[in-house]
Amino acid sequence: MLDEFVKAGYIALKDFREYYMKPGSLSWGIIFPFVFALAFMTKRGGLTEWLAPGMISLALFFGSTSMSAMSIVFERRIGSFERLLLFPVSYNCISLGKSLSSFIMGLISAVPVLLLTLIVLPEPPAYLLLLAVNIAITTFASSTFGVFLSFLVKDPAQVMIVFNLVRFPMMFLSDVIIPVTIMPQYLVPIALALPLTYMTEALRFAYTGTYDVIPPAISITVSLVIGVLFLLAASEVIKRSKP
Amino acid sequence: MLLLTAQSIMMGEDLKCLRTEERKMGNECIISVEGLTKKYGELMAVDHISFCVRRNEIFGFLGPNGAGKTTTVRMLVGLTRITEGKAWIEGYDVVRDYKRVRSVIGVVPDISNLYSELTCLQNLIFSAAMYGVPREKRLKRAEELLKFFGLWRMRDFKFKNLSRGLKRRLTIAAALTHNPKVLFLDEPTSGLDIMSRRMVWEKILELNRSGVTIFLTSHNVYEAFHISDRIGVINKGKIVALGTPAELSKRFSAKEVIEVAFYPKNPRESELIKQLNGALSVKLRKDHLEIVASDPTSVIEGLILYAKQNNLELSTLNLRGADAEELFLRIVGEQ
Repeated sequence: MLDEFVKAGYIALKDFREYYMKPGSLSWGIIFPFVFALAFMTKRGGLTEWLAPGMISLALFFGSTSMSAMSIVFERRIGSFERLLLFPVSYNCISLGKSLSSFIMGLISAVPVLLLTLIVLPEPPAYLLLLAVNIAITTFASSTFGVFLSFLVKDPAQVMIVFNLVRFPMMFLSDVIIPVTIMPQYLVPIALALPLTYMTEALRFAYTGTYDVIPPAISITVSLVIGVLFLLAASEVIKRSKP
Repeated sequence: MLLLTAQSIMMGEDLKCLRTEERKMGNECIISVEGLTKKYGELMAVDHISFCVRRNEIFGFLGPNGAGKTTTVRMLVGLTRITEGKAWIEGYDVVRDYKRVRSVIGVVPDISNLYSELTCLQNLIFSAAMYGVPREKRLKRAEELLKFFGLWRMRDFKFKNLSRGLKRRLTIAAALTHNPKVLFLDEPTSGLDIMSRRMVWEKILELNRSGVTIFLTSHNVYEAFHISDRIGVINKGKIVALGTPAELSKRFSAKEVIEVAFYPKNPRESELIKQLNGALSVKLRKDHLEIVASDPTSVIEGLILYAKQNNLELSTLNLRGADAEELFLRIVGEQ
């Protein structure tokens, strides 16, 4: 068991060396979330306490999913993903390794946005330790979601298009920039069905001490469960990817 | 003076010398396949094949495009699901004990698919780590392999910056970091120049001498016939021939070809064939004559005699042996 965790770490380290400087990872994983946060900061009303957790959530989500998109779709295309299938490791280990590299990238993506919010906003986060834990949970859930989603795309040229088709609607519907409380009633069930809503609400509680619609116990638990479920689903998809 | 073709220089003589006579050939099967079958919908890609690969042999697995050889290999190494049948490697069931199987095999796919941004050394250390080589031994093993494959000077080069031949060598090296008992090689020399091909074959033979069983698929029938201890030929999903190259040659009665050139000029085909016992046909090629022989010894004796009688010099004399490609086409064509 420990051996599998260690090997997942090797996969993550390898992925990180291989892909963190790729244009797709950089532009969509680091530059986009930061520029997006900057854009809100300069607009009228600026970067508010309510908006800050959304921006952090967005950076974590885009950073981690961009990494998994690059590492999995690209490797599957050139055939090097099969190398992982030939090592004496379980599918869970591969899934975890891929999620870990996305996790690291997600955290790196969030650093500039987090710093920006800490500098710009007058009030510090309400629960610093909980914020750290929720950042970890959100990044984990985003990473495993990204790994799972990556197996649905085959062409590296299409990967960011497909990913953005999923990510952009989530950005508007997941309590990131538009509060669920002011959404039209017919959109609320959709918002509550999206994993990013729970991650953002968990972060919002840790940052501001309040939440919009989902109590922290639920948002944190659901985020964690989502992470584990997508991790297992990704393992199953890897297993089934064999012809 | 005898002139040999580049291929016969490469495969016929030098590499044969590399094959030690003291090779310990056991009859124990390290790979056993029983009724292995793969269906894609209605298409039967591999049709209930059974065979055994003996410990420490080089097993050449040949077949035309789409015959089922890559599918067979992929099923054995666990990259493709088995529809029906069973296979064992080193006694482990390839489906049930897939992790154990992977720890005793090395796989070199037909493409060199290591990680482009990692250096040669990093690629090997990653591979060693994933195969569970203890941390303190990884660097030493990677360095040994880099030296063995003549890549030591390139150890800090990124994989993406290597030539095709060097990439191929490193890909083979990466499959050996854990000292596997069986090495699967899919088209190991495809697309390589003569020097790189020769180097790769030499290394494969060295590995085999050190005790590694080699399972080889190749489109280069000539090379495969010369390097393999036994050959299996698959066509339309079925094993159609299995045996040593000599056994297959005898069974499918391939003729031998003699290439000869006389100085100052070649005689007419019709004149020469009358003088030769055991010659089935004589054809004039660009600068030499090609004789298909059922009894090559008699034909060569006849050629030497003819040259003496007519004051001619033999400027080229090359016995190609059983033409592996012809033999292969005959085996496949009979189906």
